[in-house]
Amino acid sequence: MKKELLKFGAFALLIMLAPLAFKGGYLMTVLVFVGINTMLSIALNLLLGYAGQISLGHAGFFGLGAYLSGVLTATYGWNPWLSMALAAVIVGIVAYLIGFPILKLKGHYLAMATLGLGIIIYIVFNETVDLTGGPSGLSGIPNLSINGITFDSDLKNYYLVWIFALLMVLFSLNLANSRIGRALRAVHDSEVAARVVGVNARLLKVQIFAVSATFCALAGSLYAHTMTFISPASFGFTFSVELLTMVVIGGLGSIYGSFLGAALLTLLPEFLRAAHDYDIIIYGGLLMVMVMYMPGGLVRGIPELYRKLLKSKGKTALKSEGGVEHA
Amino acid sequence: MLRVNNVNTYYGKVHALKDVSLALGEGEIVTLIGANGAGKTTILNTISGVTPAASGEISFRSESVTALAPDRIVKLGISQVPEGRQVFKPLSVEDNLEMGAYLRYRSSEKTAAIHKDMDQVFRLFPRLEERRNQLAGTMSGGEQQMLAIGRAMMAKPKLLLLDEPSMGLAPLVVQEIFRVLERLRQETGMTILLVEQNAKAALKLADRGYVMETGKVILEGMADELMENAEVKRAYLGKEQKAAPGT
Repeated sequence: MKKELLKFGAFALLIMLAPLAFKGGYLMTVLVFVGINTMLSIALNLLLGYAGQISLGHAGFFGLGAYLSGVLTATYGWNPWLSMALAAVIVGIVAYLIGFPILKLKGHYLAMATLGLGIIIYIVFNETVDLTGGPSGLSGIPNLSINGITFDSDLKNYYLVWIFALLMVLFSLNLANSRIGRALRAVHDSEVAARVVGVNARLLKVQIFAVSATFCALAGSLYAHTMTFISPASFGFTFSVELLTMVVIGGLGSIYGSFLGAALLTLLPEFLRAAHDYDIIIYGGLLMVMVMYMPGGLVRGIPELYRKLLKSKGKTALKSEGGVEHA
Repeated sequence: MLRVNNVNTYYGKVHALKDVSLALGEGEIVTLIGANGAGKTTILNTISGVTPAASGEISFRSESVTALAPDRIVKLGISQVPEGRQVFKPLSVEDNLEMGAYLRYRSSEKTAAIHKDMDQVFRLFPRLEERRNQLAGTMSGGEQQMLAIGRAMMAKPKLLLLDEPSMGLAPLVVQEIFRVLERLRQETGMTILLVEQNAKAALKLADRGYVMETGKVILEGMADELMENAEVKRAYLGKEQKAAPGT
């Protein structure tokens, strides 16, 4: 447990010091997105990596959080913090209620149902023009502020988003290592066995679904208040798939893996600007290669690769000692 | 202690249990034998609440448990070792055992008591202690079976439902498992309902037995009587009675 805390401390320090290395600039904006995507992929990972329940509709919960915050503040002039809290609570309750019928489904059927849910939410954003501004989006969302400090620059937003993200990492690490975390993994592995040791599997699945959706809503609110403009395009089906990609590439059932996946998939497009229209092909290819050669994700794959490299290095050293040299 | 009265259970339209009745006394080991598809697993799943009964009555220590959810039933003191072991493969041996005590964390009992019970499981199955940090999925079938039994013990049950502990195991390992069950009875006076295909080993251990066929109980009696029963011998013990051509 102490080791876990140390690891988290090192991670938090790294995050807090990262802006020093970048000194503002465009990359800071991207790093804000890394924070938001980390929150989202952790949320999805709790559901998919721990409890073993898939969702292809998480972009919908993300969008609900963003729009609830956006509409309450931009249109009705609410306090941003209050609307953020309310958005989280509302989305949590909605997910809880939807969770009961939807999580009775398993596997492909659950994937289809959550896919449908995400699409419905997306359509609502597009069609309720009076409320959301429709496809052209909603603008004029105020920044968050506290004690006279307004989070209006990339650097300030970076710290704002990452404080939430780090708290979420800490919460999720705790959850994963608790009795509940064990129960989630138990449900994932064998629902029957989990039930006969006394886990109320159905309720637990609904609860983690609601927690996951609440986290997405929080990330959505932060997104709305940092960007000050939102449009439905950010919350469509493709983004749900991107989240799924982050979780799988990072490592199912690993909190730090979610960070790695989010970081890679957020930063990668920035470096692939040249290949602009082909980035989706690279995404797809990456996912395929990862699943084939690193089924455990980056978080397990990289150490393994490192060990293999060390081994092969050791071998060549041995070879040269033995005098078997290659030209 | 446990009384099952005229229970009917369905899987969709399939009538899996037809008016099944059975009873267990305190401290008894009772076995349920029968061929594949006779309904043996279904009766255990019905008692533990995993596949609820459509009609009939199940009572445990004179309390009705017919319509209760599985977690409530575990709490009342019935633990099931499911068919095919079903240990939590990605969890360590220790975490599997802690999962067995899942409901006890919520009550006032302290972690110390749970660790004491874990030590007791380790005394019963020393092999599990050697492997306490190993992932359950990487162990042999026999070890997984021991873990599944240990996990059920961690709930401090008064009645243990065992579903085919011998399934897919080498004869020597089966012997070991049955020896432990015998010890369990001697040391703790545990009441056990044992479902088995290995009728011989099961009848040797048990006090009484029921024979099931296509969802019905067709025969019941003391274990040694059943062992001598011509029909049981023919169908389940693999000993053809040459001297009785008439049957």
